[in-house]
Amino acid sequence: MPDPARTRLPDILGRYQQEILDDWTRLQQENLTRRRDLISDQELKRQSTAFLQGIRSSATMDVDVRSAAWQPVRDLLGEISVSRARLGLSPSETATFVFSLKQPLFARLNRELGQDARALAEETWTATSLLDGLGLYTMEVYQKGRDEVIIRQQQELLELSTPVVQLWEGVLGLPLIGTLDSNRTQVVMESLLQQIVDTKAEVAIIDITGVPTVDTLVAQHLLKTVAAARLMGADCIISGIRPQIAQTIVHLGVELGDVVTKSSLADALTVALRRTGFVVTRTAPGEGGR
Amino acid sequence: MERIPILRMGPFLLVTIQVDMHDRLALTLQDDLMTQIRDTSARGVLIDISALDMVDSFIGRMIGNIAAMARVLDAETVVTGMQPAVAITLVELGLSLPGVRTALDVERGMALLTQGRDPQGQRGRRAR
Repeated sequence: MPDPARTRLPDILGRYQQEILDDWTRLQQENLTRRRDLISDQELKRQSTAFLQGIRSSATMDVDVRSAAWQPVRDLLGEISVSRARLGLSPSETATFVFSLKQPLFARLNRELGQDARALAEETWTATSLLDGLGLYTMEVYQKGRDEVIIRQQQELLELSTPVVQLWEGVLGLPLIGTLDSNRTQVVMESLLQQIVDTKAEVAIIDITGVPTVDTLVAQHLLKTVAAARLMGADCIISGIRPQIAQTIVHLGVELGDVVTKSSLADALTVALRRTGFVVTRTAPGEGGR
Repeated sequence: MERIPILRMGPFLLVTIQVDMHDRLALTLQDDLMTQIRDTSARGVLIDISALDMVDSFIGRMIGNIAAMARVLDAETVVTGMQPAVAITLVELGLSLPGVRTALDVERGMALLTQGRDPQGQRGRRAR
């Protein structure tokens, strides 16, 4: 690592600032040809100028991008990465923002230090490690931003997709949609049991029409839910079992025990009503004799 | 010594657990209950655990055992008012109390008992 006091980068950056900036923005515009609609030229220019000035002032203090001296540059880069990620740019397009600075910068270094091969190599190395560090940092921020989105969506999905509805007095419905994993089963189980307490329901219908596949694990989770509801004194009916799922269950050798299963929610509701002592009758004969 | 009271209601025995169950208390209850069933030739036992908000595997097993023992003495056991957290714990512990009948509250538990014997035998609440 060269002595920070000796690096001539800030000096060169300062002297050729306008030239480098022009070259760099032009390069970026070329790279972003397909994305010109997303980032305006002024915005690009503003970001580039701020970044270049940041590098210049930070490089006078330290050449390690992870040091405190580079905090302002890192903050700026983080901001740019996040805004680009939100615009839907790919991570490599975001990182190109940093990497495309290399070409104009190296050209100036070459012009300035062309006579002194040793100094040129040293300064090029410093600049490369700086820009690589910053480029990788954009990747990191981009990834972090993405991860946050994914985690938030998972959380939302978990809360959204497990409603417990009251179908009738003493009858609860639990339409399950999507794959059941351990986390979701826990949420489903908790909300179902709480609803059973709140509504004093005797029967709960678990409808799995929206569950794409039932493997041994999903079946086990279902049975756990049923067992917990039974412990509280409520019976469960599993409905919405598609023919393929029925076949899978048997092929896998899953033992559903004496859990009542019905193919449709309507059938399950009929059973539930009969159990809770309700009778549904038609007051007038239906049209078409059905 | 601390004891859980066992109340007699006609042909049934009523137990409500309102204190923290510890192991010795559970064993005493088990003893007392069996003696009472024999002495009163009770036909059913109702255990209300609505005030119990924590169980461990021992207490869970004990509830299952009481039911099994009572059945040997020809009495049926109904457990009522189990809290959601307790139910989840028991299921996660693998104790789903297969031989025990359950009800949401004491009222329904009594109804279950007075309805008489479960026609299906040991498990299964009302048949489909």
